[in-house]
Amino acid sequence: MTLPLAVFFVLAAVAIAGAVNLIVQKHPIHSALSLIVVMVSLAGLYLLLGAEFVAAVQIIVYGGAIMVLFVFVIMLLNAGAEEHTNISKLAGGPGLLLAVALGAFIAATLARSPESVQTAVQSGTLAPTRAISSMIFKEFVYPFELTSFLVLVAILGATVLAQREKS
Amino acid sequence: MVPTSYYIVLSAILFGLGVFAFIFKRNLITMFMSIELMLNAVNLAFVAFSQALGKPDGQVFVLFVIVVAAAEAAVGLGIIILIARNRQSLNVERVDLLKL
Repeated sequence: MTLPLAVFFVLAAVAIAGAVNLIVQKHPIHSALSLIVVMVSLAGLYLLLGAEFVAAVQIIVYGGAIMVLFVFVIMLLNAGAEEHTNISKLAGGPGLLLAVALGAFIAATLARSPESVQTAVQSGTLAPTRAISSMIFKEFVYPFELTSFLVLVAILGATVLAQREKS
Repeated sequence: MVPTSYYIVLSAILFGLGVFAFIFKRNLITMFMSIELMLNAVNLAFVAFSQALGKPDGQVFVLFVIVVAAAEAAVGLGIIILIARNRQSLNVERVDLLKL
């Protein structure tokens, strides 16, 4: 087993363990911390793929900003452990079935895909950050400008939603 | 080196876990976190295919997905704060009326 393959399996195991822990934990703050583990190990996988810019953005935006927002809201609302009723326990069976069926469907699609996709070896040499930035500011310049508008609308929406009503 | 299919299988597993968490969990914030997990799984598939095809398009899409996820998290958590303030609960089973 080569070194990249070993690193991949370690990071993949950590990511799956974090995702399982998110489901097992009862308290939302424990789920949030295990989601951070998943995100950091995914950032490691991006580095392994050679996508260093995406890895940095993953750590800064996902692991940093978004998860801080989550933890902040959990602490603000003083969220306690979740409670399960009989009906919600029933959702576990069909939900598990659905998730397994979905995973099997994706695996079957992959098995029927051309040989080149299945055995394509990750060379570790990907388009550099310069290529990504030139693509953002040339081909995708209108979507890029639209995202700035989207973020502005999101800030306004969050402010309007979270403010206390004047009465 | 690692074949592309390994990454896709890992992405499928993480997406399935996210779907299961979304159906099984009863806390609004945890359900929201499972949506983030699904978005992360899709991002991994994007980067893996971008690497396999040798084109940066996939990585550009990932950046857009991350921006949309950040906007979604801000608005969604605002809505969750509003629900928690009106119902004094984060359990989705308590949120069964459109009227406040």
